[in-house]
Amino acid sequence: MGQRTAPAPQSAHAPQPAPAPQAEPASEAGLEEHFERTIAAEARVEPRDWMPDGYRKTMIRQIAQHAHSEIIGMQPEGNWITRAPSLRRKAILLAKVQDEAGHGLYLYSAAETLGADRADLTEKLITGRQKYSSIFNYPTLSYTDVGVIGWLVDGAAICNQVPLCRSSYGPYARAMIRICKEESFHQRQGYELLMTMMRGTAAQQAMVQDSVDRWWWPSLMMFGPPDADSPNTAQSMAWKVKRHTNDELRQRFVDMTVPQADALGVSLPDPELRWNTGRGHYDFGAIDWDEFKRVISGGGPCNAQRVARRRSAHEAGAWVREAAAAHARKTTTPYPERIGATGGAPRD
Amino acid sequence: MARTPSSPEPPPPAESGTAGTQPVPPVPEISDYDQFGAYQALAADAGSGDADGRWAFGTGFADSLTEAGAPVPDGVDGADLAAYCLMLGDDALIMSHRLQQWVTGAPELEDEVALANIALDLLGQARLLLGRAGVADGTGRGEDAYAFFRPEHEFRNVRLAELERGDFGELIARLVVFSTWRLALLERLDGSRDPVLSAVAAKGVKEVAYHRDYAAQWLVRLGDGTAYSRDRAQAGLEAVWPYVPEMFTSHDVERRLAESGVAVDPPAVRAEFDDVLAAATDAAGLRIPDAAPRAGVAGRAGRHGVHTEAMGYLLAELQSVARAHPDATW
Repeated sequence: MGQRTAPAPQSAHAPQPAPAPQAEPASEAGLEEHFERTIAAEARVEPRDWMPDGYRKTMIRQIAQHAHSEIIGMQPEGNWITRAPSLRRKAILLAKVQDEAGHGLYLYSAAETLGADRADLTEKLITGRQKYSSIFNYPTLSYTDVGVIGWLVDGAAICNQVPLCRSSYGPYARAMIRICKEESFHQRQGYELLMTMMRGTAAQQAMVQDSVDRWWWPSLMMFGPPDADSPNTAQSMAWKVKRHTNDELRQRFVDMTVPQADALGVSLPDPELRWNTGRGHYDFGAIDWDEFKRVISGGGPCNAQRVARRRSAHEAGAWVREAAAAHARKTTTPYPERIGATGGAPRD
Repeated sequence: MARTPSSPEPPPPAESGTAGTQPVPPVPEISDYDQFGAYQALAADAGSGDADGRWAFGTGFADSLTEAGAPVPDGVDGADLAAYCLMLGDDALIMSHRLQQWVTGAPELEDEVALANIALDLLGQARLLLGRAGVADGTGRGEDAYAFFRPEHEFRNVRLAELERGDFGELIARLVVFSTWRLALLERLDGSRDPVLSAVAAKGVKEVAYHRDYAAQWLVRLGDGTAYSRDRAQAGLEAVWPYVPEMFTSHDVERRLAESGVAVDPPAVRAEFDDVLAAATDAAGLRIPDAAPRAGVAGRAGRHGVHTEAMGYLLAELQSVARAHPDATW
């Protein structure tokens, strides 16, 4: 995408396979200069390009956390698949949760292009060494939460993620294009569910309002801490793996969401929410950053439950993965090697 | 036509996926989220149609399930046709429910995607068949009336579909048995005199052929993998096998409709089922169990609305929200 605005230095070689690392200038300074030029020209860094260790680590952390968020994010909505109150809504929800598994797969694959390993990343997730989006540590307490998650949580996620379609790391940027398209579809489905419910019974309308009351503030927290407390933002902006600050994206989300809430006929649970003509934005009340920190550090309503579920699925599936690997070894190993030097029974 | 499972040699699912290396499909320009339009489009687009064919069947904004309305064929009893549609529809609905319970619990992400996909296919088949029942019995009831507001004794699925979720070995054994049986039925239903059954079957054959292939490949991996996985796969077969004879027992409705060219009498597909299961278990190094049939109650079982104790809990879960809000629209 960036190549349209400024041709990349190496664009003349674009159709060629990436040069082998040894063909590159050997000096660290030269490599770093080439990397910086690539970033400055809005071109993509590709898997076999040289990149600073810090950039590689940052990208692995960012992509892995995103992948983990997709996978853990299947749980709160998956909680309502078997109870969805119409077969059409059941199909929509099942397809959405399936899409999230697909997003997790793309993203783990993107992380693997940086040398990470999916099994290792999963291990880090289930042992609490890598994080996922804190929003999924809140419980889904009614079926309506499915619609509100689609509207607010997917909406906030799109706000965060659309700029990542221009991430300087090519595989991530390309994965994000597809993911954003699907997230956008999910958001529309969520909003359409809420619209339908708001035209329904008084009980349904009350359920929607209750869900909005519970999810509004956690959705605002999805953009992360205020810019003043966001230690990684400056470097990530410089590397163009992050395009807007947390507070910019949060403001944009509020500005876009308030008219949608009006159209829906729900109120947002913030008495300080009002249009500020001077700023050209909505003002909103103070976010409870203490709660945010508690949830981030493991004390949210569902942190333990979410990780335990992922861990138990992973551990319960270990024998299945081992069986697949053992079968693959038998079927891909040439026969003479299978029977061994002494001509005995197949090893394994 | 008895098709044996294809030679199972896919890459092990524990290996890394390849999604990241596939070409990204062409998309609208997304150079800045201001231009993305996800938000601006929201209020305007809610409720409008969506023609994008890559979304799962029946999950778009437009209701595409409008095919159930053809008249009942001449000489066919509407009540019989409705009962038959519920039999095949309930098999799919209830089996789908058990698969839905695997979501977030699969051994690997590739299997999360595959199991959800199978559950979605079966749910789509169920929706068409339940909708057809409402036309055939003259009540005009929609799919949701059958799924959410019928009592247990009116559900006509075979008991195999409703059994409580076991481990992955049991799942694979159940899926091999269920999809082999259903594929054989649907292949013959393609020629049904009822145009809706024929259309559902034509669509379902492609889907269930994949389900069977997925399950048979896993059966071979488990049977051939480790000693433990072989034990789990064999135990799965042992657990489900007592429910197999019920699947090949004719109900009066099935027999009558088979005579009028509308339905398939299940005993007609037993030979194909046995051939496929023999080939699959042979490839997997597993045994066909020698298990006595699980009796019904006075000769009645799933097709008659007589179920296992697990069914009540399943329906309590399935129907809870819909029944709490009977006047709601979703």
